[in-house]
Amino acid sequence: MKRTRGKKGRILGTSVDQKILAGIRELLGDEPRTRDMLIEHLHKIQDRYHHISNAHILALAMEMKLPRTEVFETATFYHHFDVVKDTDDPPPPLTIRVCESLTCEMFGARQLHDELAGTGSPGIRIQSVPCVGRCHSAPVAVVGNNPIENANKDKVLSAAQNNDIEAGLPDSITYQDYRRDGGYQTLIDCVSDKYNRNDVIKILEESNLRGLGGAGFPVGKKWSILKAQAHPRLIAINIDEGEPGTFKDRFYLERDPHRFIEGTLIAHWAIEASAIYIYIRDEYAGCRKMLEHELAALKQDPPCDLPDIHLRRGAGAYICGEESAMIESIEGKRGMPRLRPPYVAEVGLFGRPTLEQNMESMHWVRDIIEKGPDWFSSKGRNGRKGLRSFSVSGRIQKPGVHLAPAGITIRELIDEFCGGMLPGHEFYGYFPGGASGGILPASMGDVPLDFDTLQPHDCFIGSAAIIIFSDRDSARALALNAMRFFESESCGQCTPCRVGTAKAVTLMKQSKWNQDLLKELSRAMEDASICGLGQAAPKPLRCAMQYFPEEFD
Amino acid sequence: MKPKPGLKSGKVTRFILNGQTIEAIGDETILHAAKRHDIEIPHLCYKEGLRPDGNCRTCMVEIKGERALAPSCCRQPSAGMEVTSNNDRALHSQKMVLELLLSDMPQQAKSPYTLHSELDEWSDALGVKTPRFPQRIQPQADLSHSAIAVNLDACIQCTRCLRACREEQVHDVIGYAYRGNHSKIVFDRDEPMGESTCVACGECVQACPTGALMPAKNVGLIEPDHRVDSVCPYCGVGCLLTFNVKNNYIQYVNGRDGPSNHGRLCVKGRYGFDYVHHPDRLTTPLIRRPEATKTTEIIAPDEVYKYFREASWEEALDFATAGLRKIRDQDGSQALAGFGCAKGSNEEAYLLQKLVRVGFGTNNIDHCTRLCHASSVSALLETIGSGAVSNQVADGSEADVIIVIGARPDTNHPVAATFIKNAAKRGSKLVVIEPYGSDLCIHASHFLQLRPGTDVFLLNGMMHTIIEENLQNEDFIQQHTNGFDEFCKHLHDFSADKVAPVCGIPADTIKEVARLYATASTAIIFWGMGISQHVHGTDNARCLISLALLTGQIGRPSTGLHPLRGQNNVQGASDVGLIPMVYPDYRSVSDPVAREKFEKLWDCKLDPDPGLTVVEIMHAIHSNSIRGLYIMGENPAMSDPNLNHARKALSLLEHLVVQDIFFTETCSYADVILPASAFPEKTGTFTNTDRRVQLGNKAIDPPGNARQDLWIIQEVARRLGLDWRYDHPREVFEEIREAMPKMGGITWERLENESSVTYPLLKEGDPGETVIFRDGVFPTDDGLGRFVSAMHVEPAELPDDKYPFVLITGRQLEHWHTGTMTRHSRVLDAIEPGPSIMINPGDLKQFGLLSGDMLVMESRRGKIAAIARADENMQPGVVMMPFAFHEAAANLITNDALDPYGKIPEFKFCAVTLYPGSRSDDLVTVSPRQTSIA
Repeated sequence: MKRTRGKKGRILGTSVDQKILAGIRELLGDEPRTRDMLIEHLHKIQDRYHHISNAHILALAMEMKLPRTEVFETATFYHHFDVVKDTDDPPPPLTIRVCESLTCEMFGARQLHDELAGTGSPGIRIQSVPCVGRCHSAPVAVVGNNPIENANKDKVLSAAQNNDIEAGLPDSITYQDYRRDGGYQTLIDCVSDKYNRNDVIKILEESNLRGLGGAGFPVGKKWSILKAQAHPRLIAINIDEGEPGTFKDRFYLERDPHRFIEGTLIAHWAIEASAIYIYIRDEYAGCRKMLEHELAALKQDPPCDLPDIHLRRGAGAYICGEESAMIESIEGKRGMPRLRPPYVAEVGLFGRPTLEQNMESMHWVRDIIEKGPDWFSSKGRNGRKGLRSFSVSGRIQKPGVHLAPAGITIRELIDEFCGGMLPGHEFYGYFPGGASGGILPASMGDVPLDFDTLQPHDCFIGSAAIIIFSDRDSARALALNAMRFFESESCGQCTPCRVGTAKAVTLMKQSKWNQDLLKELSRAMEDASICGLGQAAPKPLRCAMQYFPEEFD
Repeated sequence: MKPKPGLKSGKVTRFILNGQTIEAIGDETILHAAKRHDIEIPHLCYKEGLRPDGNCRTCMVEIKGERALAPSCCRQPSAGMEVTSNNDRALHSQKMVLELLLSDMPQQAKSPYTLHSELDEWSDALGVKTPRFPQRIQPQADLSHSAIAVNLDACIQCTRCLRACREEQVHDVIGYAYRGNHSKIVFDRDEPMGESTCVACGECVQACPTGALMPAKNVGLIEPDHRVDSVCPYCGVGCLLTFNVKNNYIQYVNGRDGPSNHGRLCVKGRYGFDYVHHPDRLTTPLIRRPEATKTTEIIAPDEVYKYFREASWEEALDFATAGLRKIRDQDGSQALAGFGCAKGSNEEAYLLQKLVRVGFGTNNIDHCTRLCHASSVSALLETIGSGAVSNQVADGSEADVIIVIGARPDTNHPVAATFIKNAAKRGSKLVVIEPYGSDLCIHASHFLQLRPGTDVFLLNGMMHTIIEENLQNEDFIQQHTNGFDEFCKHLHDFSADKVAPVCGIPADTIKEVARLYATASTAIIFWGMGISQHVHGTDNARCLISLALLTGQIGRPSTGLHPLRGQNNVQGASDVGLIPMVYPDYRSVSDPVAREKFEKLWDCKLDPDPGLTVVEIMHAIHSNSIRGLYIMGENPAMSDPNLNHARKALSLLEHLVVQDIFFTETCSYADVILPASAFPEKTGTFTNTDRRVQLGNKAIDPPGNARQDLWIIQEVARRLGLDWRYDHPREVFEEIREAMPKMGGITWERLENESSVTYPLLKEGDPGETVIFRDGVFPTDDGLGRFVSAMHVEPAELPDDKYPFVLITGRQLEHWHTGTMTRHSRVLDAIEPGPSIMINPGDLKQFGLLSGDMLVMESRRGKIAAIARADENMQPGVVMMPFAFHEAAANLITNDALDPYGKIPEFKFCAVTLYPGSRSDDLVTVSPRQTSIA
């Protein structure tokens, strides 16, 4: 135990508060004290005490045999941990989080925040937070863990007053129902050698299924790369869906969770992996509870021998959706992306070769194997192949997840799937891939939406989060909203992103943008940032300047 | 520190950089290869010796075929790769990053904290001028630490400090907390640095590129007149450093890339140098006033002139020598004795022992090795024929299994500890066996917190397991040892199950550690005073040696025995004969061949009888057989056990000459005091724990009329009729080469060129042997190692109803031994300004006390009071106290019982009782010595 040296500390020595230590020990129970459990353990403290004090950090550090600064830096990295210094008061027991990201801002989130803050309710803290993944029902506020869609002051306050603060369990297909309808049979067929591993990988390759988290790396190819790596290999499933405008993973999870679990177990078989880690964002509290339940049901009555499946909980950090940052977070560290090479497939979780896949990518595996590769690849439009789950929000009649052919244009999507624009709104522009995919004007409404098709226009589709805005909105204001988001979600590791996003926000708040300087800055951020966050952050501002010049006159 | 990338493997990769084909060797990165070819690529977060992190993005280069730019500090080139660092695209990012960072500097201008900001240098080089971005909201300065100023308004968040703290020194104090634009370098839990667990090693300061972390008081803005390469004056690790001097004042110290520190230093080495400039330095010779009779009381520095008067050197030397000569002529040579010092150079130690042997005519010459590793040395000489370490720390840190027993290197050999922690982080198994836990234990795979004084049981239990499970190395035992059969029989009574309850360690753990050690492909044992400072210290060391012989874990790279030497030159002082039983090179005084050699070398007749040791000399004074004593640099009035007895002895002397840099406690009993030179004021060689002979160079002049120690010794010698003329330390060194053939091949010129040379080195030009006992050949008469059985001997004074606690004495990170140097250092004394007693929190609670309350500690020999400090590292029933504090001198309590072989006192075990004190108890023991700087 290290000695504290300050004037006070020198006299006080190294004592940790034994009562607090006992409390921490009880809270942790029999769970491992390994480093990778740090964030899980911090959650337990936060859940129990609604904050994490300095004394908690010291006691937890002692209990886990970690340097206190490593516990502190990890805890303060994640926004869902309220680390409170000895000199400060702990926050009120209830937090209401008001989403301030693109769609919610368009639908009055700021006003909602100010109204709630204005009520000054004791025992309640109002926070502005980034996208909570319910953009189809904007604006959204989360009371404790209870998401209130289409929120207004009265709905939110009444939930708070009624202590209605827990996330509801989604009404998803249960394990029994899934099994009854033929679920896990494909997995059983795989493990009982009715399928050959290489054949399954070939089916996936032929289906043209691509990673649906945003990068679009072909799934079958990734599996075959993993198969060539040394044992043990690990699998990490990314449900840290945080890109503003994206909610498709939650959509499928809330309805049919076993479909992705089966896909993951098939991947586990196909690449001969050992353990599986599932990382779910903390904002999806209801889904997490449901998953805990369904995984327990699966383990209770397994269709075949199961590997260890670890469910890990994010803690409010968009960056942990970046694959290497997620791995760091699963290891119990700050979510700071790693430099590549080496790639995650070679050196990933705990230093092992790791297959990291977006949840939705695994959702389609079973169907593709059962129905054949053509079933998936034959869908598509304008020369593109496959299906895309578009999370559509904004000024349209029918926001939500729309499963549509890859390559569909925005105009087709609005007309055929979204019921047209909202009354009184004229289509003006759209984000084709969340906050980081850039902004396109209505005049470019006929570009096929898919991987690879938007790059020539300085945009990309990413997780297929489409935010449609109208003549009542401002591309310039939305670009600033996006940059604020990146500023607050930058991990702080590399200069171009950490300093660049902050400087960009300051410059973009000025009444007249210094466009030349912003362009110079954007170029360096795109070229020199470590990960996709910093590299993509300037896209909205560049697009705003390029495609909406009238707003800068 | 990792070796330079690339030098391990010889693979060559040809690639194209800026149109020119160049070669990267081994694992070199693009940046490394570029540097070697004098192609400049700007970089900030990269620093030689630290893991490249690639976060600043200043060193970006374009690689053909890649979408984004790549950080050249992290990327290794592949064959044929086309890399460009100087085209418009790469330069744009490099300059933009510099501009962004510059925009957040104070006043958006050059760093106000250092003259050598790397950000400023690269900005100038790339022509980045006034930044065009608005500045961030700047953090407040943190000036809470006495040594280090934290100005995060100049921080570029490159995390060099963090990597220095966490990965290099492994102190784990600095973190990078919060997120994004709010990210911040923090200490512990974002506490002021001065209140954090920072150990002030200053590695972060050395690593910081912009001056955000700098030595306090704007020292970074002083351009030194000259820089002198030297060695650290404190512990046996022997870190190389550079003194930065302006106006005869050491402004600051940098770590140098020495073989045992690779640029690292600890708080003492980096910030503990200012004692040399303390106003209390002795600057003129002093002679006791005739009316000032000697008592056992300590004299306060501000009362010195009540008892002493100033004298000229001529008068003081005449007086000093006359007193010695009178005793020699009246009472004979054996009535005289000398105490040397392990802080002095080899040359000083050599000349002093020669003075005592030749000039006094006696072997009554000893030094603090007696209080330190005498028992280890006696066991090593007896069993394997050499008292020095078999393997160096750097080599031992590469071992698969590292046992640290009876040592707390993170406190006492801090820089060595960093390499041990690095090893543990790399995956070596670290076994710590210690009654008193430490930061090192956090990194240990096994921490055996044994009951004090039960080492022989534990080690015999381990060896019993090894034999029981047939894990001994039969071949090695057969070919390289003798005495095994008898030894084996002796172990019979020490099964792990039997010793477990005595040691307080589960039998399974003892067995597991035994197997781990026995079956390791490389294994080293480091030990310290916890082994040696017992009445069974020699037995403890014998067990460790037997353990190595039994398993054959000796005589190979990263495999052997390493008693961690305490003082910076205790190895050297012992080597050159500052020991009563041996001449230089450990040649026994009773060996006629050896005696003949030295009689010839020194041209005199020598005393054939071994002299008395430190504690024996004190007894001999009490019995009136020793009347005169010459003490150079030692402080027995603080360092000896049972101080009341020792101080009484000193007061009884007819004539006491003390040569020192401060008015030490020992000076209170002097008849004449000769003001000497401090470490940076002289040139000489020092031998570290690794058998590395290293050159310390004079950096500043001594204050006032203080003189070089070599000059003083020669002046005394001259007055005793010895006509010595050593004009320079190198001339003494030449004689040492003759006296000690192991160092015969080391030349002064080589030391000047290389700073550090390892012995044994018989012939000039040889590299020096880093690993000795190669192939299991020992320098004993028969070339074999010898098993010596160690029966368990109880500590001399066991706890009982009246004295129920065990007291262990030791040191603190900030304070060196009796505090003569460190208590006079502003920084060190500010961090640890007073005595405290470390006690288990449960024990403290039983007294109804809290940390910070006064505790009285009493033994059969004395009583002191100090502040209690609850420490989870202490086991119940055991307390620890550092002996550096004159206000509450722990050695008033300690037992002077001796180990029969090494004659070392049992500092690590005595029985005490504790009871709550009040603030007024403080007055009982407070000494008037002032340590403040005017």
